[in-house]
Amino acid sequence: MLLEARALRFARRDRSILDGVSLAVEAGELLVVIGPNGAGKSTLLHLLSGALAPADGEVAFDGQPLGTWPRAALARRRAVLPQSSELSFPFRAVEVVLMGRSAHAGTSSQAHDREVVRQALEAVDAQHLAERVYPTLSGGERQRVQLARVLAQIWPHGGEARLLLLDEPTNNLDLSHQHQLLRFARRLADREVGVLAVLHDPNLAALYADRLAVLAEGHILSEGPVAEVLTEETVGRAFGLDVAVRPHPLSGTPQLFTI
Amino acid sequence: MPAVTADDRHAARVRLALLGLAALLVVAFLLSVGIGAVRIAPLEVLSILAERLGLGPLVAHEPMEAAVVLSIRLPRACLAVLVGAALAVAGAAMQGLFRNPLADPGLIGISTGAALSAALVIVLGGALPLALTGLLRDALLPLAAFVGGLAVTWLVYRIASRDGRTEVATMLLAGIAINAVAGAGIGLLIFASDDQALRDLNFWLLGSLGGVTWDRLLIAAPFMLAPALAALWLARPLNALLFGETEALHLGFEVERVKRLVVVLSALAVGASVALTGVIGFVGLVVPHLVRLTLGPDHRALLPAALMLGATLLLLADLLARNLVLPAELPIGILTSCVGGPFFLWLLLRRRGLGLW
Repeated sequence: MLLEARALRFARRDRSILDGVSLAVEAGELLVVIGPNGAGKSTLLHLLSGALAPADGEVAFDGQPLGTWPRAALARRRAVLPQSSELSFPFRAVEVVLMGRSAHAGTSSQAHDREVVRQALEAVDAQHLAERVYPTLSGGERQRVQLARVLAQIWPHGGEARLLLLDEPTNNLDLSHQHQLLRFARRLADREVGVLAVLHDPNLAALYADRLAVLAEGHILSEGPVAEVLTEETVGRAFGLDVAVRPHPLSGTPQLFTI
Repeated sequence: MPAVTADDRHAARVRLALLGLAALLVVAFLLSVGIGAVRIAPLEVLSILAERLGLGPLVAHEPMEAAVVLSIRLPRACLAVLVGAALAVAGAAMQGLFRNPLADPGLIGISTGAALSAALVIVLGGALPLALTGLLRDALLPLAAFVGGLAVTWLVYRIASRDGRTEVATMLLAGIAINAVAGAGIGLLIFASDDQALRDLNFWLLGSLGGVTWDRLLIAAPFMLAPALAALWLARPLNALLFGETEALHLGFEVERVKRLVVVLSALAVGASVALTGVIGFVGLVVPHLVRLTLGPDHRALLPAALMLGATLLLLADLLARNLVLPAELPIGILTSCVGGPFFLWLLLRRRGLGLW
């Protein structure tokens, strides 16, 4: 198992935020965590990434507890795409992407780093942004540059399994950019990267995920293949909303319709 | 491949700028040693230095000139280089740590905090029965200023940071509060002190490079030089910190360790500077900005460039301070604030125009 969380508990000022949450992500699959606002999605991602330590339970990456991983070794195999980056200093996009290679200092040559950066920008179709100044980019362009950065960070070397965590990556993106981003996450999963994304939109999640996990009030309400999880009953309970679930007219994937 | 050639051009420009700054520093140093009440040509300055180093004189010079250069101008110029470099690098590193280009050691209260604890040593040290004198006091002063600077840096950081984010407004307001409290403390010390202590204290508030001796310089020099040079090694993690603390963590940096290092190194550099020269404002703010405007925000270029430009600008500022109102001397802090204040305002207006806040 690439990423495994067992019985995570987290509380803030005596208020329980997560309780008894267990999850696992394998290499080559896309797991999407959905849930309403305040369900604890962001906290869960912080726990899974090691930015926060759980009050109870454990997170392991590649069989080894997160806390025992040297930061740089972990960073070479696991990257986290943030909701939005607060970078306001005038770095060029290519410098932002090159930052993703920080953890490879000493294990990779400068020439190789540059080549990786070039290919990462190409992979997200952002070569033309390379020389632009980051704070002047639009929301969609910034997210693409950030995606190139995390891609450069976990660029394959030596065939070890890699993991990408996405924290509500479609916030501030328009419809076409949302789909573009998830198509990309899907492609990465098809290339044996383990991908875990936290999303607001169940329909978007259903179109691209292998498995869904529904988080509500700090618990995993349901978890499994899309068709088993995305039911009228589960979504109704999680979101407190009356919905109808119908197959997508082209792909047959279940989709929600509010009543 | 356009991206790579642009990178090469950028790297070449950075190298050229660093070389240019180094040359500028040497020129400013020779001018600073040569110009004053007694004027000494740059070639003669070189000759005096060469003779002192045992290389033999290059041109004829008078013994009086050699005395002026070696015992008055040279320690003072060295002090200007050290203080300018320390303040500018500390400013640049702190701006990286706070992810905010307005984090100046003077602005957020670190210099005043250091000055307050140095002032305490002067006034109370003089009043104690076993009056602190000579070298003991000279050694204790940088230490006290360092502790004061460290305490304030830590305080401001704790107040302004929450959940890995630093709030600009909180940071600046904390700076105002700390400046006010430390200013009041210094005022109280002025009220309670005798004439000699009063003159000393006045010097802290306005800043001056005057009266430095080789002894005092050699004690404080490592406290300024070592942290300024050590900070150069933090360029990469400081770059990562600009993305946010969590981001830097996920990029593979030991963020907590880097933060502690930046705080300690900056407090050391600023504390030691303040102990020798009093509060010299705006160097830590203006210099990194001038560098960023031309070389961009990358700390690998920013830190060494700020080090050299800070040293150069303080040499030139001291040159003006010594010569504008001969035979008297302007406190250098007044001069840097005269230039730095309007620059700061211009910066605020410019940022508002760009809508970056």
